[in-house]
Amino acid sequence: MTETSATLYQQLGGEPAVNAAVDIFYRKVLADDRINRFFENVDMEKQAAKQKAFLTMAFGGPHHYTGEDMRKGHAHLVKAGLDDSHFDAVVENLAATLAELNVPQPLIDQVAAIAESTRNDVLGR
Amino acid sequence: MSLKKITFNDRQIICQEEDTVLDALLRAQIDIPHACRQGVCQSCMLRSLQTAPPPAAQNGLKDVLRHQNYFLACLCYPQQDMSVSLGADSGAFATATVVGKDMLNADTLRLTLQCPDIPDYYAGQFVNLKRADGLTRSYSISNNRKQRHKLEFHIRRLAGGRFSEWAHAELAIGDSLAVSAAQGLCYYLPGRAAQSLLLIGSGSGLAPLAGIISEALDQGHTGPIHLYHGSRNMAGLYWTAEMRRLARQYPNFHYSPCVSGGEAGQGVCKGRAHELAMSALPDLKGWRIYLCGHPDMVHQAKRQAFLKGAAFQDIHADAFHIGATTPA
Ligand SMILES: Cc1cc2nc3c(=O)[nH]c(=O)nc-3n(C[C@H](O)[C@H](O)[C@H](O)COP(=O)(O)OP(=O)(O)OC[C@H]3O[C@@H](n4cnc5c(N)ncnc54)[C@H](O)[C@@H]3O)c2cc1C
Ligand code: HEM
Repeated sequence: MTETSATLYQQLGGEPAVNAAVDIFYRKVLADDRINRFFENVDMEKQAAKQKAFLTMAFGGPHHYTGEDMRKGHAHLVKAGLDDSHFDAVVENLAATLAELNVPQPLIDQVAAIAESTRNDVLGR
Repeated sequence: MSLKKITFNDRQIICQEEDTVLDALLRAQIDIPHACRQGVCQSCMLRSLQTAPPPAAQNGLKDVLRHQNYFLACLCYPQQDMSVSLGADSGAFATATVVGKDMLNADTLRLTLQCPDIPDYYAGQFVNLKRADGLTRSYSISNNRKQRHKLEFHIRRLAGGRFSEWAHAELAIGDSLAVSAAQGLCYYLPGRAAQSLLLIGSGSGLAPLAGIISEALDQGHTGPIHLYHGSRNMAGLYWTAEMRRLARQYPNFHYSPCVSGGEAGQGVCKGRAHELAMSALPDLKGWRIYLCGHPDMVHQAKRQAFLKGAAFQDIHADAFHIGATTPA
């Protein structure tokens, strides 16, 4: 984790910010017909914790995921057809969530950049 | 210096002043699950067995978890000695005596047990019932806590089901059964008395919901309470007269029996309970939701309730998984 990303997490408001964002974000994802099929069979309770992990990571917060974890964690989805278009949709939902929470655009851009940095791992390339 | 003693699975360790419970456990080579160490991932959740944990250690946990003294070890600087464990303490069984058996409909038995030693529970929780040979199944408590030592269950007979067939056909008044401590997080918590409640149950999923409703009304819940009870056909519904009576008595309680197949009788809606509920109620923002019964119904309704605005924290569910090993 770099200095700037640690600061980003604090600037965004840390854990309470993640809590505020998780329901909004996940509701957008489940309502998005481009990607919701990937979430069809996951248990919602467990998924809530995973969404928190996802957001914490994208917010530059503390996490213990490696690129390898991201590869493994999404490999079954890649097999099911996960591609760039789905990745873009997730990033779009993420940005829309932050906009809804009145996060300033420069911070949204930094979050999008962190998400972007995981693209090849998530898509298994 | 104030050192605190932590008891974990019969082991006693010392928590240094600046340490969290997680630090102390790891220092003593007690390796519990953990990851972020910042209260985010919730993987180090423990339960305090005797005392309430410091509120700061419960940050972000669901209300029912806070209520049962769950806390995050990584956020917990103990204020006093603590006895902690991983998850529910479900090992102990109390002895109960069968005091009542009557049929609610052709397939559903109301079983009443007298259980003087049952630890306290909340309406809507379930227990594990254990037969003398060890066969164990989960059943939800359908009464409220007014008569706490008398437990009622709705047991649906499944063709070829080992426990349910036996309970229907062979279990007799006067027999004894072992009963675990109550478990599960799908129950009524007082507080927020004006909150709107939506309860959806299929089949014997009515059991915990009936308990939750009578507890809520008993506690003076003032917000609207909507119950949708679904069954495949008219023969599968039960307790309609009792529920209608309750609806007449309490203007804030609304009851909608539903059948997905066959003719719908008078005052019964045609369709699947969760679909009818979702289309009748415009928005579930701020609502508390309880879902019990068939796992497919529970899974779909959870999603739909969430998409209609209910918060994760406010969705409580027990899926009646059949054939699953006893849930921990
Ligand atoms: C949290 C929770 C709460 C619950 N609450 C309730 C409740 O309030 N009321 C209620 O009625 N139930 C409830 N249940 C379900 C209950 O625990 C039992 O699973 C249910 O009663 C079936 O148990 P059984 O022993 O009768 O059936 P089992 O013997 O476990 O069999 C289950 C089904 O599988 C079939 N089967 C069994 N063996 C075979 C085989 N070898 N080959 C093919 N098929 C087979 C049976 O015919 C039967 O239909 C709950 C479950 C959970 C997890
Ligand atoms: C934007 C970059 C992404 C990041 C940083 C990310 C991060 C994560 C993390 C941290 C987890 C939890 C892993 C675990 O603890 O088990 C996870 C799980 C998951 N992710 Fe992603 N993710 C990304 C993109 C995507 C995309 C594009 C999709 C699909 C459209 C997706 C779908 C899922 C699913 C379905 C799971 C749960 C897997 C399961 O439990 O079966 N993710 N992700």
